[in-house]
Amino acid sequence: MKISRFWVCVAVMVAAGLLFTGVSKNEYYFNAAYVILQATMMAVAWNILGGFTGYVNFGTAGFFAVGAYTSIALDKAWGLPLPLLILAGGAVCALIGLGLGYLTLRLKGVYFAIATLAMAIVFETLINNWSFVGGAKGAYILTPEKHLWFASYIEMLFMVMLLLTIACVAISRKLNASRLGRGLAAIRDDEVAAECAGVPTLRLKLVSTTLMGAMMGVAGAPYPFFVTYVDPQSAFNLFVAVNAIAMPMIGGTAHWLGPVIGALLVGTMQEIITVTVSSELNVLIVGVMLVVFITLAPQGIVGLFQKYRSRRTP
Amino acid sequence: MSGAVLQVAGLTKRFGGFVALQDVALHVNAGERLGLIGPNGSGKTTLINCISGALLNDAGTIAFEGRDITRLPPHQRTRLGVARTFQIPKPFRSMSVLDNLRVPLEYAAWSRADHRRITDEAMEMLNLIGLQHRAQASSASLTLVDMRKLELVRALAAKPRLLVSDEAMAGLSASEVDDILALLFGLKAQGVAVVMIEHIMRAVMKFSDRLVVLVAGRKIADGEPQAVAGNADVIKAYLGE
Repeated sequence: MKISRFWVCVAVMVAAGLLFTGVSKNEYYFNAAYVILQATMMAVAWNILGGFTGYVNFGTAGFFAVGAYTSIALDKAWGLPLPLLILAGGAVCALIGLGLGYLTLRLKGVYFAIATLAMAIVFETLINNWSFVGGAKGAYILTPEKHLWFASYIEMLFMVMLLLTIACVAISRKLNASRLGRGLAAIRDDEVAAECAGVPTLRLKLVSTTLMGAMMGVAGAPYPFFVTYVDPQSAFNLFVAVNAIAMPMIGGTAHWLGPVIGALLVGTMQEIITVTVSSELNVLIVGVMLVVFITLAPQGIVGLFQKYRSRRTP
Repeated sequence: MSGAVLQVAGLTKRFGGFVALQDVALHVNAGERLGLIGPNGSGKTTLINCISGALLNDAGTIAFEGRDITRLPPHQRTRLGVARTFQIPKPFRSMSVLDNLRVPLEYAAWSRADHRRITDEAMEMLNLIGLQHRAQASSASLTLVDMRKLELVRALAAKPRLLVSDEAMAGLSASEVDDILALLFGLKAQGVAVVMIEHIMRAVMKFSDRLVVLVAGRKIADGEPQAVAGNADVIKAYLGE
């Protein structure tokens, strides 16, 4: 019964998205929605390793940027169509996730987090010195003429992003309640006990980093077509990493719905504040919300809700 | 010793310059209940860490049912049939009591049976320790006794043929000790061998078919519980000269 409710929600979202592209003529809304959806994907992806498995990744921006630069490189080289670029971005970042996992998952806690941060810096340096994709100067991307039946390219990009986000959320939800998800949770709770309960912890952690990398690559791949100009500074922006960590924390990391709620809430607030007050205030908002939630509700919004429910029905 | 499920030979483990275990040899027969005793710091927990794979030994071999498992990672040993409990219970805190049992049932017992059958099996195991009414409760909310019971039954959910229990009864009252002993005695019928570390002598003497005594990383006695308890070296190790 619950399954059908989820898929009904999905169908409603897709229909609403299509209706939105049909009705609205204001491009700003699609831009704003794109940014929020991108943040949601990043948050959901981060949560697979950070929330489900308990390994904090600070190198989020690295995965995102590699996804974006994979698109740029392949677009420049062969002019591949967007779906292929998205697949390629996902594949490249999945491999990086696997490699990162293999090299660093023997590290625990803060050491793992530092290693991921270092990885992002390594990739930023590489891109800075790769002139084919513009190096430090950055690269311009022409948005293609074709945009299916949509009125503009951004409307199509919005729809693409919506479908990708739904796919990521569906995967994360499936994972959360599966045998694999329980294995990951066991690792998060106590790695030694998990091993002794028969959980192949190393293999599961690799699955987790690979999946996380793939999702982040997929989230980054359409980005060049969204902004049309990418330089290493904007692609490897710390803000991407901060958001991807803060949103699941605020929403709640243990449940698949947590990062979705967090990203929609924080992302929407950021957009509103950017328009009404100033874009500089964005970072401050995330910071303040993060502090408030970590001190008052460490389990996030989902945790608050669960606590409330368990108190009402003991 | 063809009937041995576990055969440990020449086991040595060092931590830097400190020799925690030196040349320890040990066997456990199928269905046997072996008590492992020794003063604090004598290497009991180190020994079972080596047996379960949480630590790798520096020298010596460990064979389980005739198969060399010396270099296997812990999860493979568990899948082969060596399960352990921890001295300080390590429940999966974010999970319900029921899900705590689901993990070993799904991963170690290799049962890819459908969801409902695993749930039924987990409930049966909870029945065994009288925790069926807490199935949906968070495992972090259990009392110490219940946590120890859960720890034990989680190890049993891996369907082991050798259970290594590290002080499953520390901090429990006399009647609670009897509860856990009853559970462990029940394993004999299923042919599960047990290695038990325990400080409660009443429980050890009642429980063990055989006693092994470790002192400062060496095995100093191995035999009938009554004989070992009367052994002069053992008395010296515990009480001094």
